[in-house]
Amino acid sequence: MNYLKQFLIILSISFIGEVLKAVLPLPIPASIYGMAILFACLMTGILKLEQVSNAGKFLIEIMPVMFIPAGVGLMASWNILQPMLVPVAVITVVVLIAVMAVSGRVSQAIIRHGKEKKRQ
Amino acid sequence: MNEFMQTSIFAGATISLLAYMLGAWLKKKFHSGLFNPLLISIAATILVLLAAHVDYDTYNMGAKYISWFLTPATVCLAIPLYEQLTLLKKNLAAVAAGIVSGVLTSLVTVLLLALLFGLNQQEFVTFLPKSITTAIGMGVSQELGGHVNITVLVIVVTGVLGNILAEPVFKLFRIQEPIAKGLALGSSAHAIGTAKAMELGEIEGAMSSLSIAVAGILTVFGASVFSWIYSVL
Repeated sequence: MNYLKQFLIILSISFIGEVLKAVLPLPIPASIYGMAILFACLMTGILKLEQVSNAGKFLIEIMPVMFIPAGVGLMASWNILQPMLVPVAVITVVVLIAVMAVSGRVSQAIIRHGKEKKRQ
Repeated sequence: MNEFMQTSIFAGATISLLAYMLGAWLKKKFHSGLFNPLLISIAATILVLLAAHVDYDTYNMGAKYISWFLTPATVCLAIPLYEQLTLLKKNLAAVAAGIVSGVLTSLVTVLLLALLFGLNQQEFVTFLPKSITTAIGMGVSQELGGHVNITVLVIVVTGVLGNILAEPVFKLFRIQEPIAKGLALGSSAHAIGTAKAMELGEIEGAMSSLSIAVAGILTVFGASVFSWIYSVL
């Protein structure tokens, strides 16, 4: 029953997310509304962590499996992917390295700046 | 075979799960980030379907029930974010700067490369969510009208490469602070990069997992702005 209750809470929040997506004219997926609602509920204490954590962590753990059907969909869109292979490869690698370097350097600069301030 | 598969609700899902188990087993056996269970399962499933002459729509009649769980699972990403909250508050400036700069870099470099390659609007938005977790990235690509399957491919390959390239990149750019390493991995290579961050250390892992949800949400808003910018360019 424990899992069933937790799953009910998670599903209800997903449903509210779905409703918000239908009502609000923004390009935001239902899951993001749901994530914000769950986060707000945890922050305000409306929900306790234990009321969702078991089922939630199970869902997160098996999440990679849920992407398989979308990935397999590549076999149906091969004709779209094929002429895009060069941009796909270049964008994948270049953006990855740029984001990693910038995010790492920027946060490192702030951490070290903070450490120096403390020393003074 | 195809005739039976067309009436089977369980075949597609069974093949997918089996393929994932194979990928997980390979990863365990070879201890390498290259053997990503998701990539392996996608490739293995496609091979089985091609060999059995089953088309995608037939496969998806059963497999779509796996994807049904995606929205509730994504909602639950709020849980690890909530758990890392004290860590976030303690390092607020570094976390905010690291993730915001990462998200902006991702959107801007995708925009520049898209202009360079002369991509059309649909191709451009396909790449916009490439640095964030698949769950949110798929939704962004769908909302903006991208090729969702290609978005998934790019996101997963980004994660796998991030896993492999993290240490050389950190060395090259002299990124040494554990917090900075975690933020860099989480905002560039999402959940798959977080696996690497956890290998590097506890702080790296926590910072990286925190970045997944934050970078994802920021990208939801940033991507719609950049999609609009590209459409008027």
